Amino acid sequence: MISGFLFHIGRYILLIRQVFKRPEKQSIYFRQILIEIENLGLDSLAIVAFVSVFMGAVLCIQMAFNMDTPLIPLYTIGFATRQSVVLEFSPTIISLILAGKVGSRISSEIGTMRVTEQIDALEIMGINPTTYLIFPKIVASMFINPILIMLSMILAVAGGWLAGSLTGLVPSSEYVYGIKAFFEVYDIYYALIKSVVFAFLIVSISGYHGFYTKGGALEVGAASTKGVVHSTMAIIVFNLILTKLLLA
Amino acid sequence: MIEASNVSKSFGDHLVLDGISVKFETGKCNLIIGQSGSGKTVLMKCLVGLYEIDNGRVMYDDRIFSRMSFDEMKVIRQELGMLFQGGALFDSMTVEENIVFPLSMFTNQSPEEKRERANFCLSKVNLENVNKLRPAEISGGMKKRVAIARAIAMNPKYLFCDEPNSGLDPHTANVIDNLISELTKEYNMTTVINTHDMNSVIEIGDKISYIYKGKLWWEGNKDTILESDNPELNEFVFATELTRKLKQK
Ligand SMILES: Nc1ncnc2c1ncn2[C@@H]1O[C@H](COP(=O)(O)OP(=O)(O)O)[C@@H](O)[C@H]1O
Ligand SMILES: [Mg+2]
Repeated sequence: MISGFLFHIGRYILLIRQVFKRPEKQSIYFRQILIEIENLGLDSLAIVAFVSVFMGAVLCIQMAFNMDTPLIPLYTIGFATRQSVVLEFSPTIISLILAGKVGSRISSEIGTMRVTEQIDALEIMGINPTTYLIFPKIVASMFINPILIMLSMILAVAGGWLAGSLTGLVPSSEYVYGIKAFFEVYDIYYALIKSVVFAFLIVSISGYHGFYTKGGALEVGAASTKGVVHSTMAIIVFNLILTKLLLA
Repeated sequence: MIEASNVSKSFGDHLVLDGISVKFETGKCNLIIGQSGSGKTVLMKCLVGLYEIDNGRVMYDDRIFSRMSFDEMKVIRQELGMLFQGGALFDSMTVEENIVFPLSMFTNQSPEEKRERANFCLSKVNLENVNKLRPAEISGGMKKRVAIARAIAMNPKYLFCDEPNSGLDPHTANVIDNLISELTKEYNMTTVINTHDMNSVIEIGDKISYIYKGKLWWEGNKDTILESDNPELNEFVFATELTRKLKQK
């Protein structure tokens, strides 16, 4: 079990070193990055927006019920919703959702290319398949995920506002005052640093599992599952580490 | 010429290739034959460097390929084309993009030059008007032909084909075999073909190497293979009624 874990870690590190080798032709890589921004980022817009609005709404309603005492001013609900969204919900939960959506896509795409010998075909042409397949995805995700996360923050806070106003739990003016109160730019940096790190983890780990797929269609499915499970676990662990490093 | 000397390869404790020495000649279709699972694909992947060999040496003309680093291999790899068993076309690209992909990667040709080259290669494999289709939209035989077109896009000196006609009907299989043979003669390539199809053997086997239990068991050509008295080879060659009838003639 432990030796298996160490084997994977070692092979993963070697793979990552390969990924960052000098690419063959830069113009091609630039085009690949744009394609991946669309595949991995823009295609995830709808799910990110959907989840964010609803989670923001739920967060706001829960805050309102938990602070059901005249001693706490109503704007606290807006403030607390914003803090939860910025510090934890958007960077971590949305990254976990992206790990499921983007991670499985990457493992199965690369895994299929492995079992159908498309990766061998790249190598035979003298192209470094790790750089060609994984590098553009890493760059694209590290660029687009923070943007998705920012968008998620805005939509979640808006979802909270909508829920608060429609249910009458928080008057609009109080909520808006709350989301502007005690604002620290550092919190945004903190969230963006997290989302960049998580983007790297998602792509590299699911890419790793895809790249070392052996066998056929069944194993591609297994690789896809492993990609999602292991990147999810990595996000959870790194979330703790980053929180400790950046906030403590 | 490609020369393998004393090449061995094992996976774990499963010895697949046991000291194979064989020469593949220029301008000829060099066939590697053997039963399914005998190690033909492994040998071919050792020749092109997709598998690292445990022992021995692989030479491309006067260059020692088996000791090269990935970057050094690149030079030779731009001189070789390979047709994989399943075609291995890139799903995400159209037929034309597949063919020009190596050109985009390694040359500075203009889009027009690349299109012209793609059409030329497609015409060589008797295909037209398929440029914009994706691999999923064409038949198995067409995939093989597009894969051949991609393999010859860079004007290779060496061509490798792993079971070029497996999964095809006898007629299409024959067309593909003859195509490879014609291209080999026309461009004087060193062509290595894996097959277990006796039709191909008799049709295009300029040089034939029979692999048995990880060893090079017999060498000859399409004329001598029917005359051999090697029992293991005969077991392979005369496995079907059709070939047995051929012998009686
Ligand atoms: N990557 C691999 N790992 C372990 N064993 C392999 C691998 N590739 C091939 N083998 C084994 O090597 C033997 C020869 O396989 P192969 O070369 O594919 O046969 P064929 O002659 O049908 O092409 C088989 O027993 C196969 O199980
Ligand atoms: Mg094979």
